[in-house]
Amino acid sequence: MSARLEIDRIETSYGATRVLKGVSLDVAPGEFVALLGSSGCGKTTLLRTIAGFLSADAGEIRVGGRDISGEPPDRRGMAMVFQSYALWPHMTVAQNVGYGLRLKKWDRARIDARVNEILAMLKLDGFGHRNVTQLSGGQRQRVALGRALAVEPQVLLLDEPLSNLDARIREDVRHEIKALQKSLGITAIHVTHDREEAMVMADRIVILDAGQIAQVGPPETIYNAPNSPFVAAFMGATNVVRIEAERSGEAIVVAPGAGNRPARLARPGPQGFARGKLVAHFRSEAAELADAGADFADSLMLPGRIVQAAYPGGVWRYSVAVGESQFLVDAPEKRALGDAVAVRVPADALHLYQAGAS
Amino acid sequence: MSAALRWPLRAVLLGLAVFVIFGPLANLLIWSVAEAWFWPNKLPSQWGFRFWEVVFRPTGRAMESLWLSVWIALLTTAASLALSIPAGYALARGRLPWRPVVLLLFLMPQAFPSLPVYINIAQIFFAFDLNGTVPGVVLVHTVHGLVYSVWIATAAFAAIEPELEQAARNMGAGAPRTFFEVTLPLAAPGLVASAIFVFLESLDEFTGSFFVGAPEVRTLPLLLYNAAAGGNIQIASISALILLVPSVAFMLLVERFLKGEVMAKLGR
Ligand SMILES: Nc1ncnc2c1ncn2[C@@H]1O[C@H](COP(=O)(O)OP(=O)(O)O)[C@@H](O)[C@H]1O
Ligand SMILES: [Mg+2]
Repeated sequence: MSARLEIDRIETSYGATRVLKGVSLDVAPGEFVALLGSSGCGKTTLLRTIAGFLSADAGEIRVGGRDISGEPPDRRGMAMVFQSYALWPHMTVAQNVGYGLRLKKWDRARIDARVNEILAMLKLDGFGHRNVTQLSGGQRQRVALGRALAVEPQVLLLDEPLSNLDARIREDVRHEIKALQKSLGITAIHVTHDREEAMVMADRIVILDAGQIAQVGPPETIYNAPNSPFVAAFMGATNVVRIEAERSGEAIVVAPGAGNRPARLARPGPQGFARGKLVAHFRSEAAELADAGADFADSLMLPGRIVQAAYPGGVWRYSVAVGESQFLVDAPEKRALGDAVAVRVPADALHLYQAGAS
Repeated sequence: MSAALRWPLRAVLLGLAVFVIFGPLANLLIWSVAEAWFWPNKLPSQWGFRFWEVVFRPTGRAMESLWLSVWIALLTTAASLALSIPAGYALARGRLPWRPVVLLLFLMPQAFPSLPVYINIAQIFFAFDLNGTVPGVVLVHTVHGLVYSVWIATAAFAAIEPELEQAARNMGAGAPRTFFEVTLPLAAPGLVASAIFVFLESLDEFTGSFFVGAPEVRTLPLLLYNAAAGGNIQIASISALILLVPSVAFMLLVERFLKGEVMAKLGR
């Protein structure tokens, strides 16, 4: 029952405020896409536009090749799991799950059988007669999912369904959702602002920034090759250092700067780069701490002092003051506050962008 | 406040409350079974159920008036629900720029002294031959009831998360079906509350009934007034006691159905 979902240059506004500024996305049948972006960037707006609760000012939405932009929400063949779950408090669990089937005019026995099947699949056996108000957050979430899955939708839309759950339940439910979606072969868009959730669940990640798509790709590509400083920062490369460099063949030569020592990095830098200012992003776990005087080939060295230390588990996380800026660096060894150290960032851990281009 | 002071104070307040509520009631009760009671006696000189018998006599005016009052109250309730459900829904859901104005408009009949308002209404109704008819009285009561029922219905609909309706649309229900299967059941407690309120208001209503209905349409409050004005305090007391029955039933209903949850919804 899966279908291709094509979103073609969609623009959506609230009053005079344009929230989606031309979003295009192609989701293959059975594909699981995670829509990732910070709060307020338009994720919910996009889902609501796809589901038909908001009408787009421009653009087209196609399901299986058919343009549904003009259809009302009840004729779009989509099932949405709302962030608030939106379960009907005047119906039991079974009535909630079976509602869509009742609308399809299935007979009672068939609905009961299907509802029981769904409840069993979601480990909610025996909950059918409960009132939804008597359920825990995790159980409600699964009822909401069951209601959406019961109708075997062509497209499943999930709006941060896990954000209200405890961290521990969340892990379980992630796997449940992913496994169900794969076994049923449903095309799915999962909205989240949790990077890790997107990474572990999605076939493909879409990064949304202020109503526009910043990057689309498989998780490992987004993680390892973010195409802009925004995506790099969003994917956790939050340490930023500005450097002056010049291209030399397949390498770049970094001039000594306010924070960094001179270096030669065996990589070409951003496309079309010859010389000038670069913005380099790196992750705390991709850098290392070296002794103050040490020098490493093919690495950016940032000498500084430890100003803060914390132990989040596994490794130590140090805050290192380098010139005016501070960097977060993970290291396995314990060091004292005030120690003079050098942050070593290997060339392949650096995400380099031309300064000024964002 | 010290505990030593608190208890006596509570007892006094409670005693006052009991007196204020039950004092007049006791008076009514005594009057209803007083066959003769002359000043300056503290109690009736002759007791009996003669006047009860008069009131409940099958041919008696009182029973006729009671059924008429109930019938008018039922029609009023139906009419005000039929108007306040769509109006309340539109006010709660529609993004009307003049929403506060409309809501205030429904309060207008309450803002002016009721006497001139009803005299005017009576004059208008006269032109339409509605004076002295049941539809005329129902209309007056409905206008009066709408003040409350539209506000309560608006609150009841506004308390429903739009996502609950969207979820139904999303599952494949059209707009009318969504309204009847999700919106209306969820608003029901508030609507029932407003219906009960309108019913009781209509049952009790005097001024409008007097100007529009009298003398042809004689509701129980009008009968009560006539009896009292005519010096027949026994009949008036018994009518008042009969009128009390629905009010008490209402209190019990409120107790049973309008638990904290619903009231909280109305308050939102
Ligand atoms: N009903 C609304 N009316 C006006 N503006 C809205 C409404 N809903 C959302 N917005 C605005 O649109 C932007 C995107 O919102 P939303 O799609 O909910 O973001 P996200 O789901 O990514 O957190 C936000 O700036 C938000 O303030
Ligand atoms: Mg959102």
